[in-house]
Amino acid sequence: MNNPQLNHRGELQHLLSIEGLPRDILLQILDIAESFCGVTEREVKKVPLLRGKSVFNLFFEPSTRTRTTFEIAAKRLSADVINLNIAASSQTKGESLLDTVANLSAMQADLFIVRHAQSGAPYLIARHVKPHEHVINAGDGRHAHPTKGLLDLYTIRHYKKEFTRLTVAVVGDILHSRVARSLIHGLTTLGAPEVRVIGPQTLIPAQVGALGVRVFHDMRAGLAGCDVVVMLRLQSERMRGALLPSAQEFNKHYGLSSEKLSLAKPDAIVMHPGPINRGVEIDSSVADGPHSVILPQVTFGIAVRMAVMSIIAGN
Amino acid sequence: MRTLITNGRIVDPASGRDKVGNLLVDGECIVALDGEADARSRSDRADRVIDARGLVVAPGLIDLSARLREPGFEYKATLESEMNAAVAGGVTSLACPPDTDPPLDEPGLVDMLRRRAKAQARARVYPIGALTVKLKGEALTEMAELAESGCVAFSQANEPLADTQVLWRALQYAATFGFPVWMRAENADLARGGVAHDGEVATRLGLPGIPAFAETIALGTLLELVRSTGARLHVCRISTAGAVELLRRAKLEKLPVSCDVGVHHVHLSEMDLGFFDSHCRLVPPLRSARDRDALRAGLADGTIDCVCSDHTPVDDDAKQTPFGEAEPGATGLELLLPLVLRWAEEEKLPLARALARVTSDSARVLGIDKGRIAPGASADLVIFDPVAPLRISAETLKSQGKNSPFLGYELAGQVRYTLVAGKPVFESGA
Repeated sequence: MNNPQLNHRGELQHLLSIEGLPRDILLQILDIAESFCGVTEREVKKVPLLRGKSVFNLFFEPSTRTRTTFEIAAKRLSADVINLNIAASSQTKGESLLDTVANLSAMQADLFIVRHAQSGAPYLIARHVKPHEHVINAGDGRHAHPTKGLLDLYTIRHYKKEFTRLTVAVVGDILHSRVARSLIHGLTTLGAPEVRVIGPQTLIPAQVGALGVRVFHDMRAGLAGCDVVVMLRLQSERMRGALLPSAQEFNKHYGLSSEKLSLAKPDAIVMHPGPINRGVEIDSSVADGPHSVILPQVTFGIAVRMAVMSIIAGN
Repeated sequence: MRTLITNGRIVDPASGRDKVGNLLVDGECIVALDGEADARSRSDRADRVIDARGLVVAPGLIDLSARLREPGFEYKATLESEMNAAVAGGVTSLACPPDTDPPLDEPGLVDMLRRRAKAQARARVYPIGALTVKLKGEALTEMAELAESGCVAFSQANEPLADTQVLWRALQYAATFGFPVWMRAENADLARGGVAHDGEVATRLGLPGIPAFAETIALGTLLELVRSTGARLHVCRISTAGAVELLRRAKLEKLPVSCDVGVHHVHLSEMDLGFFDSHCRLVPPLRSARDRDALRAGLADGTIDCVCSDHTPVDDDAKQTPFGEAEPGATGLELLLPLVLRWAEEEKLPLARALARVTSDSARVLGIDKGRIAPGASADLVIFDPVAPLRISAETLKSQGKNSPFLGYELAGQVRYTLVAGKPVFESGA
């Protein structure tokens, strides 16, 4: 089966998932992101790498943060950015996904940034765009959120330098989390020796061990000796589908408190994809504490997205 | 009209026969085999001679599930297109599930379907009536009336029957008249929202899963109700190793149950979803490789009585969507024979034994006197080249549904002639 993300030279044609990307490409993205971190700290925060290119933000599911970071990243690369809030327009008029894309393609797009509630939607789009058009997955259903995974990898490398000795725990709603899946694939590709997932059975997907992770239902046991703790956002609607009884009980057993964090290594870092629910999956004392790298993650996210866009547009 | 088929490898699963010989058809029936066929055709010349050297002559296939999409879904397929697909695939009899629009829950609809099918003069059509009105799982249909108009069994197709009390009553009522009930085993609550097997691949792809025990729990309920009501139950499209085991035990217990599997599930597993291939969005979902292997073994040893195409033509638009939104189903009438041959070859099964699962065994489940080669039997026959390559492509498929996980594959097994009631209804050049 051909990897739909790579062109015939094995270079990145689309970014759809971290799964299946070779280690070299992941490291290339992280290295280039590092060079862009300098750009984002300059007074004039622009480079002309994507001048004259059109980037379409195609969001079939509402999002402010991710869309904004892609927009900032594209503008810093001097691209023209067009934001389309499809959730509120053509889909409600019954236009099919592929018709929408064909129409936008006719407007001379170069890069589609796609978010969709259905897992796999960006694959469908990538199969139908023209050869010079590229697709970046900005989150599809429960499947993948590769740029978020990459910014997590970037953050981990920034603080921990290398992956090959790390124990990483991902905590909370693994079942519904595209962020968790992307990060897990990235960590296993880059050689992290132990990746753990921690949560109640209702929030751990079937046969998750096949992804190369160890499952813990006891958070204290799972956090012991961790270098990195990644907390996932708990959506309030999980209380409805009989997955959890209450946010309070979840917090008690799976929320990250200073006390539980003390079981991890003393220099452990705490990450969170945001937006955070204080007092649910993470206590304020941790979110704002010395181990937290939640805000630097956001800054790195722009550099990582610039790296992905510049690599793809250059291939 | 008299047709003499000469030098064919005549395979009759019902008797286990598999040897080269001649066969004489007169009118609608097979009248003689081998030496007697020669003698009779010498004394009274045949109108037509088919040279079947190198070809297999077998009973026409009997497919336990083929959606013809009429009435209501003519944009997906029509009786004409699908009946052509049937005979091109060597299928001479087929049962069609009641999930048309409107569903087959009134005698008038069944009459009309049978008349329209008859006018096509292709395969024989055996309608399965709706078990409940509009397939809603609430009120019983007039089963006796529907049976009179030609329904051979009653089913919910893929619609859930969540209310176990209604299910119990439906089985009681059907048992009263001796009508067979055909049910898929799927617990509606456990299957809710799911689009793929709840396993490794669904986890990787982030697709909502349907656990294997959604099938075994529902099957456990059905078997318990069969014990109580004595209803004749045919379990459709089983997909899990657990269901094979439950049915093996039910048969040992001599419960009046039979079952079938869809031919795609004999060959494919969750791994074939690849990168969200919507052609692999099927009902039930493709399950683990272990389940598939159990289905193959169960079909070989007879725990699973039949294999069917579960033919479901779907228009392109309904498949060109993200996996979870794609309409389930695959086209199958023209793939049934080559996929059965492939299974037989891979499992090293005698041809007669493999073909039994789509001929004599399906005739037994349907309760029809078809699917055998013997003097006096209906001349419903397929003559095929078992090794000639068949390329599966949108251009070559006669079905209006081009939705197949096997698009682009080359399978072995080309149908050369299909006869229904002695009349050639399909012929292809070598």
